[in-house]
Amino acid sequence: MNAPINAPKLYDCRDAFAATLERLAAENETIVAVCNDSVGSSKLGGFKAKFAERLVNVGIAEQNMVGVGAGLANGGRLPFVCAAAPFLTGRSLEQIKADISYSNANVKLVGISSGLAYGELGPTHHSIEDFAWTRVLPNLPVIAPCDRIETAAAVEWAAAYAGPCFLRLSRVGVPDLLPEGHKFELGKANLLRQGFDVTLIANGTLTHRILKAAEILADRGINARVLNLATVRPIDEDAIIAAAKETGAIVTAEEHSIFGGLGSAVAEVVVDNAPVPMKRLGVPGIYAPTGSAEFLLDEFGMAPSAIADAAQSLISRK
Amino acid sequence: MDTTELERIARQIRLRDLQAVFEAGAGHIGGEMSVIDILTALYFRVLNVWPDQPTHPDRDRFVLSKGHTACALYVTLAKRGFIPEEEISTFLQPHSRLNGHPNCNKVPGVETNTGPLGHGLPVAIGMAKAAKLSGARYHTYVVTGDGEMQEGSNWEAIMAAAQFKLDNLTLVIDHNRFQQGAALAETNDLAPLRPKLEAFDWEVTEINGNNMSEVVSALEHRGLRPHCIVAHTNKGHGISFMQDRVDWHHKVPSKEQYQTALAELSEAL
Repeated sequence: MNAPINAPKLYDCRDAFAATLERLAAENETIVAVCNDSVGSSKLGGFKAKFAERLVNVGIAEQNMVGVGAGLANGGRLPFVCAAAPFLTGRSLEQIKADISYSNANVKLVGISSGLAYGELGPTHHSIEDFAWTRVLPNLPVIAPCDRIETAAAVEWAAAYAGPCFLRLSRVGVPDLLPEGHKFELGKANLLRQGFDVTLIANGTLTHRILKAAEILADRGINARVLNLATVRPIDEDAIIAAAKETGAIVTAEEHSIFGGLGSAVAEVVVDNAPVPMKRLGVPGIYAPTGSAEFLLDEFGMAPSAIADAAQSLISRK
Repeated sequence: MDTTELERIARQIRLRDLQAVFEAGAGHIGGEMSVIDILTALYFRVLNVWPDQPTHPDRDRFVLSKGHTACALYVTLAKRGFIPEEEISTFLQPHSRLNGHPNCNKVPGVETNTGPLGHGLPVAIGMAKAAKLSGARYHTYVVTGDGEMQEGSNWEAIMAAAQFKLDNLTLVIDHNRFQQGAALAETNDLAPLRPKLEAFDWEVTEINGNNMSEVVSALEHRGLRPHCIVAHTNKGHGISFMQDRVDWHHKVPSKEQYQTALAELSEAL
């Protein structure tokens, strides 16, 4: 069940988000999009053209944006609150906590251009803390799809789910990884490659990189299991425990700080249930130097060959 | 319900609030006493709400953004039939659903969780905007403290309300002139509030917020723009030794003080 990792074409997942939202909005008149002057960067131009009155643009005011989202949900609307991930989460974290998570408001938070997507714009525009900030909040599923197929599926799932969630999207191009028609299941990891020597776990823009790393490892005679773990909370404990017990070593890779993100979430499950050696790859607790997202991922040891090296080194500690 | 009857209910709510704070050994009694006339007018005259159907889609929305005065809201909700009156004695007790700030998932009649300041008005903007989108006829009311207006999120919301032409929204600022640590004037003085709201294209009415007929009349006003009522109130209103004293923001009366306050409020009944 190896995924087609050599697909040459790369897709911006925002397009799948926008197309799915427009399709759902045509069927469901309660769907509204809320944004902070981010019509272009959130790819809401098509939504605006089709449903102008249902686009609630509050201007550059993220705290109000999230509160307005909660109020729209109270009034029977189904809001998708869309903004650049660093500002959506960082600027309005208390609103996300009190108005959305604690109030359990049926609001879909959509963080666009997450992680290192804004590369050269620098650390103010990087969103490498958002997993840590959001995954501690009750009632709030945290989801980072790996490709356009999973993005569309997650948006469709979110619209049907009766509660809040945080969708963490990127603008960095990724190949198709999951089969067409894939249905998103909350809290369920996708096994993209079977193996028993080591497990590689990632989500978002890193999933295709760990698949490439698994290919490199295979050339070295190492069979790596590959898990796409889009849902950071609630996390798929069963898949992680099985990976620990059956492969004995786990490497995580994420477009996020290594503190508090996907790797930390996996490590929490591992230490509680089946301790094995782990290596957490990500942004190593620093503000990134200047560079594109792709450059920075390589810089921080997440080029496929570097991930493969980290896995090989980890296996020696088993 | 006429003004005299509303005044009588407000005094009963003050009395029960005082008892609850004394028994619990905590609360925000100063700001509760200042806001109770507004809560009474809302729940017993102005709001279209149905205690047996607290989530009816056509209900008017009310948000107590100054969530630290939750006890006054609980007493009002109980008196209006949303929760049992005897439940007030559980205020702040372990596992009570009546904690220090209102929880919409536990207490019927509460619309959104408040506590951190500057949250209620943005949520109320969303509620009012939802009605504009759906064609619903409900009106949205929100009460903030005056010190709370120092939070920048309120001014983001004030801008949006004007832009969205929310004539179905009423903001009441409980202008008791004191915040937790000092008078507003000594901290970050927003007074006068009227020109600031008017500059953002809101319609503004100034009233004595402890005068029932003025409160009712202002709350029932309908115009063409978002409406702000600057309600000039007294912190600790109704209890002589608390009135306009900053230390009664969240002080708890001693037994002696409690008896004095009880006597003053009972006499007014």
